[in-house]
Amino acid sequence: MTDHRLTRDDAAYVARLARIDLTEDELDLYAGQLAAVLDHAAEVAALDTAGVEPTAHPLPLKNVLRHDVPRPSLDRAEVLAQAPLVEDHRFQVPRILGEPA
Amino acid sequence: MTTARALAEQVRTGAVSATDVVERHLAAIDESDGAVHAFVLVLHEAARRRAAEIDSQVASGADPGPLAGVPVAVKDNLCTRGLPTTCCSKILDGWCPPYDATVVERLRAAGAIVVGKTNLDEFAMGSSTENSAFGPTHNPYAPDRVPGGSSGGSAAAVAAGLVPLALGSDTGGSIRQPAALCGVVGMKPTYGTVSRYGLIAFASSLDQIGPFSATVADAAALFEVIAGHDPLDSTSLDRPAPRSVESLGDGVEGLRVGVARQLVDGVAPDVGAGVRRAAEVLDGAGATVTECSIPELAYGLPAYYLLAPAEASSNLSRYDGVRYGLRVDGADVETMMRATRAAGFGAEVKRRIMLGTYALSAGYYDAYYGQAQKVRTLIINAFENAYRQFDVLLGATTPTTAFPIGDKVGDPMAMYLSDVCTVPSNLAGHPAISVPFGTDGDGLPIGVQVLAPALCEPLVFRVAAVLEASAPAVTEPVLAAATWAAP
Amino acid sequence: MSAAPAAPGDWEPVIGLEVHCELRTATKLFCGCRNAFGDEPNTNICPVCLGLPGSLPVLNAVAVEFAMRIGTALRCDIRPSLFHRKNYFYPDMPKDYQISQFDEPINANGWLELPDGTRVGVERAHMEEDTGKTTHVGGGGRIHDARHSLVDYNRAGVPLVEIVSRPDIRSAAQARLYAEELRGILVATGASDGRMEEGSLRVDANVSVRRPDAEFGTRCEIKNLNSLRSLVRAIEYEIGRQIEVLESGGTVLQQTRHWDEDRGETGALRSKEEAFDYRYFPEPDLVRLDPDAGWRADVAASVGAMPADRRAALAALLGPEGFSAARTDQIATVVENGLDGLMTAVVEAGIGAPLALARTANEASADPQRARALDPDTYAALLRMEQDGTLSATQTKELLGELLERGGDPAELARRHGYQALAADSLVEVVDEIVAAHPEEWARYGDGDDKLTGFFTGLVMKATQGKANGKAVAAELRRRRG
Repeated sequence: MTDHRLTRDDAAYVARLARIDLTEDELDLYAGQLAAVLDHAAEVAALDTAGVEPTAHPLPLKNVLRHDVPRPSLDRAEVLAQAPLVEDHRFQVPRILGEPA
Repeated sequence: MTTARALAEQVRTGAVSATDVVERHLAAIDESDGAVHAFVLVLHEAARRRAAEIDSQVASGADPGPLAGVPVAVKDNLCTRGLPTTCCSKILDGWCPPYDATVVERLRAAGAIVVGKTNLDEFAMGSSTENSAFGPTHNPYAPDRVPGGSSGGSAAAVAAGLVPLALGSDTGGSIRQPAALCGVVGMKPTYGTVSRYGLIAFASSLDQIGPFSATVADAAALFEVIAGHDPLDSTSLDRPAPRSVESLGDGVEGLRVGVARQLVDGVAPDVGAGVRRAAEVLDGAGATVTECSIPELAYGLPAYYLLAPAEASSNLSRYDGVRYGLRVDGADVETMMRATRAAGFGAEVKRRIMLGTYALSAGYYDAYYGQAQKVRTLIINAFENAYRQFDVLLGATTPTTAFPIGDKVGDPMAMYLSDVCTVPSNLAGHPAISVPFGTDGDGLPIGVQVLAPALCEPLVFRVAAVLEASAPAVTEPVLAAATWAAP
Repeated sequence: MSAAPAAPGDWEPVIGLEVHCELRTATKLFCGCRNAFGDEPNTNICPVCLGLPGSLPVLNAVAVEFAMRIGTALRCDIRPSLFHRKNYFYPDMPKDYQISQFDEPINANGWLELPDGTRVGVERAHMEEDTGKTTHVGGGGRIHDARHSLVDYNRAGVPLVEIVSRPDIRSAAQARLYAEELRGILVATGASDGRMEEGSLRVDANVSVRRPDAEFGTRCEIKNLNSLRSLVRAIEYEIGRQIEVLESGGTVLQQTRHWDEDRGETGALRSKEEAFDYRYFPEPDLVRLDPDAGWRADVAASVGAMPADRRAALAALLGPEGFSAARTDQIATVVENGLDGLMTAVVEAGIGAPLALARTANEASADPQRARALDPDTYAALLRMEQDGTLSATQTKELLGELLERGGDPAELARRHGYQALAADSLVEVVDEIVAAHPEEWARYGDGDDKLTGFFTGLVMKATQGKANGKAVAAELRRRRG
């Protein structure tokens, strides 16, 4: 249960987490729209779900496994042909500044 | 246009050639789709080649499959090998997958001919197809109105008669709602009956692929072709698809039908009247029809708008400009990713990614995502309870008929309300179908919805068949193609 | 704000290790691409491990089997488990989330025993997929100065088990012992080939310091440890660094630090301001994993004896009086080299355990691969000759070397070398000479100074080029003394 209403700063934080650049105007617009949706979603926050198990899956399946047997891989050329930038049979990206986040 | 099954029969017996069928439909698409914009890609050459293959098979006495020669349109979030599959997003513009979706393989194995990819709300997020990066689709019954979404292109393609069959995907109503708005049959199968391998994911625990058609029988036939276990999909049920075609004519004598208040209250008057008429039809056909109330259904929408965006926010992370699709250059990889996603995603997709990221983020997980998962359980339990009393449920598919293009696109909440009658079935993983049932005062199609427990597809189709038989006659759409014919 | 500088000395390091172990499966965790090291870049990829739109994961049964073996070997509870998505962006991550396990891992609450008997707790050993590999271009291949980077996804999707120890380790040396013991266990289960240098075993260290019995201090995670030597050096450096910070009144910042082998120091990478929010949620594309009791029992039965058990078995051969620190090390060496079977076999054939241990640990272990191929009967025959005095220790060692190198029959080899222990009368002659040459020492020995036995024996050995049998010499000296 949370009384916190989504702020513009929250929207900015979330945009950073999601790796999407937003303009100032977009930030304002989205923050407002998201807050409205979350107000509506807060209806569920108010429900009493004590003792209710969450459903991650509508299916009662378990233990779906496959054999450890090789299957053909993709043709490297076909894959790399779709890549934005390739060097030395690898995907090239601009310099990486930090550790994984 | 005859029904798909009749068409297939004609091709299989050699009465008609697949090539002729395909040519007629390609010509109709070329002539009429400019106004409808159901298709984002038409596969003239590939379709002709495939038709020629089918004709060879027929000529040599080989079995060309149950849907031989039938033109099918495929929603552009389904992978077609070597052919552009864009999800109608700039971020995947021009991407050609190196593999086919399992359902596409099954279509091909059945002899069906994929003639094109259809328009959708970007990444299947929307209820109007206005969020497509390639422009909206127009409702064949009223060109200034939406066809619904997200599978608006597939629905419109069938409604206009451009193809007898189409595939769509349904996460919160994206097959059923456009089917209702376009006056065609649209069905969402039980979660796990149709493989998701090759369906570009929106919300993994909710997405299902399903058929569009002009008739219930065709929908059942297409469902049987695409359904069944797939070892490439861990969430695929390990059992054959429920046989539905053979029981289509079983009628509804003795069936207990519940008209759930939550699926009728608050809908537009004409739509509500349509549901009541549908109830009378079933009553007249020997079913016991009773009003009921399932209050938990009202919580479906808020739970859905937390769960679906949460899963989507993660499913769409891979679009980062590294391996395929759009890349906007940057001085470093982070800058590149942020700029790529800013340029590549439309507003609705960005909204949902942010909503989903927020619902999963530290400090809010329990209140939002965690809570929504529990509400999901409440809804499943409520359905279980209802299905002790009833065999199927009846209600509206969506609260209104087709609204004007541009009407709701600036108000996300208003748009989301279109899904209130459809999301509960996605949350529960249950099958449901929308059947055309007349038009409103403006001549806009009305759809009524039949819901059933998991794996009860035969029931769903059976009841739908009875409704179809007594439904007001389907009217010819304004944008009807040369290949359109009353079903 | 910092208080007065902390008192120097008296700091206790607190260390936990996270070990990522690549599993020796034929294919990747969620797809049928080959799990192979060193192939041409981007040749073992498919829609699933490349994370192409529309792809879906399917779990490898053998990976689960291996994970359960590891859990068994580490005395963990093996439980029903879920996969979770760990969401973060990085170019080596095809989906920009990693399929891992979060709060319901397959293995939890285990421990392992170091050779000296210390137990280190194992908090969890969970399954997850590996990432691709990035190489940095420009700037000497280091991430800091690179112009751009290149990604190879062959490794993406390779099955991993991540083993997280409890922070029970108290020194760099102990950390090394833990890592070695764990590697031995992982190799013994068959789940891993244990090759740190190939990256199939990766170790990160969490290091903090505290005053004894105080609460745990802030810890830093040390990455980029490519060998056991680096592990020790890096931990020692980090302990020293943190102590210095604290003793000068500063606070240790929680960071990920990168070990620089050339400079011999850890450094913080330019990191984000905010803590990582991985937004874990259950993986909707996978279903619950709940190995039934039958499968778990099969796995438990198939897991062979772990190194600790094997060491204990050798110790039992020696008996309680046979215990000593030196012998503990020798036992560890024998097990580590896979020679415990050999040693046990010769003991069963009648060789005394101390002798078998000495030769196996000191000599046979010099060439473990050949020693493992040595026929136990041949080995027993050789040791029997030493045991009954036919050969001296020196001669035995030499013949063992030859046996390992070229094989053969011990008795035949001994004959060819002319190795018999010296015949009794030649021995008497030699002892005569030596006694005559050292009258003073002989007098003392005669008076009862037994310490001189060694003195005389050594000279006899030298004079006979090691052919004399030590016991026989001692016996002769005593006989003379009367």
